[in-house]
Amino acid sequence: MKIAVCVKRVPDMDVRFKVAADGTSVDETGVKFDLNDFDAWAVEAALQLKEKAGQGEVVVISLGPNSVQETIRKALSMGADRGVHLQADRIPFDSFAIASALAAELKDGGYDLILFGKLAPDSSNSATGPIVAELLNVPCVTAISRLEMADGRGTAKREIEGAQEIVEFPLPAVLTVDEGLNTARYPSLKGIMAAKKKPLESKPAQLGESKVKIEKIELPPERAAGRIVGEGAAAVPELIKLLHTEAKVL
Amino acid sequence: MTNILAFAESRNGELRKVALEAVTAARKLADATGGEVHALVVGASGIASKAEQLAKHGADVVLVAENDAFANYNPEATSAIAADRLKGGGYRVAVFATSAQGRDLAPRVAGKLGAGIVTDVIDVALNGDNLTVKHPMNIGKLVATISIQGSPAIVSLRPNTYSPVENAKAGRVENVSAPADAASSRVVVKDLVTGEKGKLDLAEAPVIVAGGRGLKAAENFKLVEDLADAFGNAAVGATRAVTDDGWRPHADQIGQTGRLVSPQLYVAVGISGAVQHLAGMRTSKTIVAINKDKDAPIFKVADYGIVGDVFEVVPALTEAVREARKGH
Repeated sequence: MKIAVCVKRVPDMDVRFKVAADGTSVDETGVKFDLNDFDAWAVEAALQLKEKAGQGEVVVISLGPNSVQETIRKALSMGADRGVHLQADRIPFDSFAIASALAAELKDGGYDLILFGKLAPDSSNSATGPIVAELLNVPCVTAISRLEMADGRGTAKREIEGAQEIVEFPLPAVLTVDEGLNTARYPSLKGIMAAKKKPLESKPAQLGESKVKIEKIELPPERAAGRIVGEGAAAVPELIKLLHTEAKVL
Repeated sequence: MTNILAFAESRNGELRKVALEAVTAARKLADATGGEVHALVVGASGIASKAEQLAKHGADVVLVAENDAFANYNPEATSAIAADRLKGGGYRVAVFATSAQGRDLAPRVAGKLGAGIVTDVIDVALNGDNLTVKHPMNIGKLVATISIQGSPAIVSLRPNTYSPVENAKAGRVENVSAPADAASSRVVVKDLVTGEKGKLDLAEAPVIVAGGRGLKAAENFKLVEDLADAFGNAAVGATRAVTDDGWRPHADQIGQTGRLVSPQLYVAVGISGAVQHLAGMRTSKTIVAINKDKDAPIFKVADYGIVGDVFEVVPALTEAVREARKGH
C-alpha cells in the first residue's frame, strides 16, 4: 500500500500573536512551529496501515519555505519512508492554490491513499484535502475518526452534529483525519537518527493563481471585562438576576 | 452576476437551522446588489415541501433536487448539482454553512469550479463587485479580512453568526435534475447513527453548559446535564481533557481541535480556560464561569463569574434556573 500524507508546519497556538508591520501577516518573531496535530494523526494512520499490511511506502509531502523540511523530518522520524518538499516563499492562505500544487505532485504518484489532517489551526480553512480529491477525481471522505480497510475498500466514521455517518469508499481515495482516530506516536531516538538519512526531495511548488487575498489581519475585539458576581451558592440569585435583566438570556 | 446561491442543508427530510442562516446571509448580499437569492435544497422525496420555509426566509427561487439516493448526505452528487448550477447560473457568491456537511461540501464545489473559497466566515459583504469576508485565524486569536476574486466565490458561514430572519418573498420553485449516476456515487453514507432523540446539538443550541476537569469524575457530569436540562434549550459540551479521559465522547469536545460554538449563553463548569478551550467558545454572546480558582483564565473571558465549589454552586444554580423558567 502506497500512502501519501500531506502535512503542514503550523505555529504553536499557545502565544499572544502580533500582526506584522505589513498588516496582512503574522509576526513570527519568537513563535515556535511544529507539525499540525491533525496531520500527525494522519501520519500515524498511514504508519499503522503500512504496518498492518506488512509492506508499502509512506511519503510525506509539505509545501512552504525551507523550514518545512524540519516538519517533514519529524514525520520521517515517526517512521515515514521519504519526504517531498514543495518550495514556496511562504505558505499561502489560498486553499485552491495549495491544492493545485499538491495535486500536481500527487497525480502520477500511484498512491492508494492520500491523507490530510482535517484542519490547520492557523489558516483554519479546512478545504485543501477535498479540493485535491476533486482535482485528482478520486473519492474523498473528510473528518474521519475511525477507519477500517479490507479488500481495497474502506469504511470510515464521521462525527457530524449529534450523529455519526458511516461512509464506504473504494481506493484510491483522499481522507482527512479528525481527532479520535488514533494517538500519534512520539519519534524514538532511533527514529530520529534514521530520519536524518531518509530521502527528502525538494522542488519548486507549482502554485496555482490565487483568487483569495488577505487584505488585513487584526486582533479580535476584546471581550468587555467581566465581573465576579460573588462566591459560592450565595451568588446564584444575583447571577440569575443578571442573566434575566442584563444579558437577557433567561 | 449578482445572484447569490444559498445551500440549504437538510437531514432526514428536515432543514437544519444553518440552512435558514445561509438564506438570511444570502438575502443580505442580494439586497446589496439588487440580485436574487436562489436556495438549493437536496434530499429524498418530500424535501420539496421545505421550499416554503426557505422562501419565507428570503429565497426568491428554491431549487429542489429530489432523489431517493439523497436520503443520506450524498457528497458526490450534491457537490455535482451545486457546481453545475453555479457554472451556468451567473452567481457571484455561493453561501454554505460551516457544519460537518458544509465543511465537506463547500471545498468539493470549489475544487470542481476552480473557485476561491473561504470557510468559517463570521461576516460577508459585497460592495459593488468587491467581495470581502471576515475569517477567524490562529484559533480565533486573529481575524483576517479576505477578498475573493472571481465568480462564483465560495464561502461558508460559522453557525450562529447570522440569525435566521423571516423576509417574506413569494418564492418560486424550480426542480433541478439530479445527475444520472446519483445512485452510483463512489462515496456512500451507508448509515446515519443518530444520538438521543430530541437532544440538541452544540451547533444549534442557544445555551451550552460545558464541563471540565473540575468535575473530578465522569459520573459528576450529571450536574452539567441537570443544569442543561433546567435551561430546557441547552446542549452539553466538554473540554479536551474530559474527552481525552473518555468521560464524554470526542464529539462533545469544544475547542481548538473540537467544535467551535457561539451560543447565546455559555456556562463553563469547572473549566479553567486553557487556550485550546477558549478557541472554541470565546465568540459566545454571554459567558458564565463557575470555578473554585479565582485566578482561573476562564474568568478573563467570562461576563459573569462565581468563585466556588461546583458541587455546591451548580445544584443551586440548577434549582434557581428551574424556578426562573417557571414564570415563562
